[in-house]
Amino acid sequence: MSKNYVTMAHGSGGLETEKLIDEVFATAFGNEYLSQMEDSTIVCGSHKIALTTDSFVVTPTEFPGGDIGRLCICGTVNDLLMRGAMPKYLTCGFIIEEGASIDSLKTIAQSMGETAREANVLIVAGDTKVVNGKGDIYINTTGVGFIDKEQEELGARRCEQGDCIIVSGKLGEHHAAILSSRMNIENHIQSDCAPLNQMVVALLEEKIQIHAMRDVTRGGLATILKELAVASNKNFIICEDSLPVSDTIKDFCGLLGLDPLYMGNEGKMVAIVSKNHAQRAVEIIQSSSYGHDAAIIGHIENGDGKLLMETSIGGLRNLEVLTGEGLPRIC
Amino acid sequence: MMDLSVVKKYLREYNASDIHIMEVCGSHTAAIRKLGIQSLLSEHIHLISGPGCPVCVTASSYIDKLLQLARAGKCVVTFGDLIRVMGSTSSLSIEKGRGARVEIVYSPFELVKMAKSEPNTQFIFAAIGFETTTPIYALLLEQLITENIQNVQFLTALKTMPPVIEHLCSLSAPIDGFLAPGHVSVITGSDIFLPIAKRYHLPFGVSGFLGEELLVAIYGIVKAKDKGCVMNFYPTVVQAKGNQKAQECVQKYFVKTDAAWRGMGIISDSGLKIREEYNIYDAGSADLIEDKKSNQACRCDEVLMGKISPIQCPLYKKVCNPLNPQGACMVSSEGSCHAYYTNG
Repeated sequence: MSKNYVTMAHGSGGLETEKLIDEVFATAFGNEYLSQMEDSTIVCGSHKIALTTDSFVVTPTEFPGGDIGRLCICGTVNDLLMRGAMPKYLTCGFIIEEGASIDSLKTIAQSMGETAREANVLIVAGDTKVVNGKGDIYINTTGVGFIDKEQEELGARRCEQGDCIIVSGKLGEHHAAILSSRMNIENHIQSDCAPLNQMVVALLEEKIQIHAMRDVTRGGLATILKELAVASNKNFIICEDSLPVSDTIKDFCGLLGLDPLYMGNEGKMVAIVSKNHAQRAVEIIQSSSYGHDAAIIGHIENGDGKLLMETSIGGLRNLEVLTGEGLPRIC
Repeated sequence: MMDLSVVKKYLREYNASDIHIMEVCGSHTAAIRKLGIQSLLSEHIHLISGPGCPVCVTASSYIDKLLQLARAGKCVVTFGDLIRVMGSTSSLSIEKGRGARVEIVYSPFELVKMAKSEPNTQFIFAAIGFETTTPIYALLLEQLITENIQNVQFLTALKTMPPVIEHLCSLSAPIDGFLAPGHVSVITGSDIFLPIAKRYHLPFGVSGFLGEELLVAIYGIVKAKDKGCVMNFYPTVVQAKGNQKAQECVQKYFVKTDAAWRGMGIISDSGLKIREEYNIYDAGSADLIEDKKSNQACRCDEVLMGKISPIQCPLYKKVCNPLNPQGACMVSSEGSCHAYYTNG
């Protein structure tokens, strides 16, 4: 096997492994914690701690607007942010199939490093394993975030009648970008993959009364809102005409029989905010990176866990969670 | 376009005798549910979903034959929805889990690439669909012939719309008008429904898929009750005679045949099969007429014929849901039961 490809020897724990870590990962992630190269990393903190983990198996690993490296940082960082936690430390585990190109691995690691710096997190521990296969790369990231002890916990149970439902930007972009890549459809759709630190930090600093936040990933907006509606036992009412969806995505969905309500994003969130803070919240999100198209899309009423949408033609549509296999792996 | 507010008011306040309008296009079923169209209509206007989803009308013997070919080591290539439809005892999805090779494609032409890169694999293309899809299969077959690609065969279950509509009318099903299929009509032309409309004194309204288009077509059908006529409310893409090039291409490679419809039995001349001179490309599509329910309580057949609404089936939302479909109507997003399930 050429020296530019990962071989089983790279997973042996010996010299080749050391070389791979040095050349690919240490260069891209380098920080004082990682460079100690100990069996575990010791960090300090006196806050409440949020923990989350996610695995990334997207194909293709590079797509318009991002790659698996950017995705695996954003996914975990955003999951921490959605509980009001400030992302601090990440660990990453690579499962690399024999035959993966070392150049691709370098590009991915570089992208992880850049995104981690943008999201203000440190990658403080990592692991690589090499397995038989056809050159695919899978990454797990685990994240630690700090929450201010005074801060009230965010979650579905805090949703109240009258709250506004805010979405931070246009729907369906990551999903459509991945599908376009997989199907060789030429268009200008880019994944929206992005860390949402700036908007979340701004909302918290301005003491906006946020009751719950979720990132709009697999299953799409409808699945996430239906889950919140059921968990809070309230009815969520959204308005089709208020949903931010670009014309390109609308056309793409029309062509393929898809529904933007069920398509995943990787850089969008939903925030449930008390009514009198909603307009200010939208302005804050709009003035942050990645939040330009934020909008209020609906409100919450007392009820029994329904998600209802007033359609553009004036009808009423009852929405359920995504069922079935959905579409190809997108994260 | 008519004044939409007039149309909406009329449909909301309609108070004459009950009228039942059947749509026979899966995309119409899905659009009607997604747009909440029924919530805009008077309680005297009933929309019923007919046999318009190609996955839903495919008989179990066809699935069984595909499974048999997959188990024999052939690579079955299909569109996504079909893999979850039960045959008499199993589905492609289950067989895939057991190691059979089943590939999902978005375009039939992906198959050409696959066949060239794996010349030693025998591919079976599961070709199902109505008049809209058949021209694509004809072009694919033409390419296989031209490029002398010999490791691909079709297993066909191709259907045509007018015979099944006529069949429903002849059964005296409670139907007062048809929302005629928009996509099918692009190929066939709207005139194709005229003989049936006249024979049974029923209005047909060819419609597009937007809310306004559907409401205007429903309005037209309600207004024309008891009149044997075809109204084209989708003139931007549908013409009276249809797409004659596509029709010629289909005729070159396919010929009429009797076809089995799930739950409805054999309807004469309601299908298409590959012409005899090209039968080396046919994987044994003839005589796939048996149709067994995998769950005897499933009432998909009555749903397809407009006799009951999905919610009247005893299995609906109980043991039958999109993750565990008991009948074909719950599989495809264009199936009546699935559309009811996901959009309330």
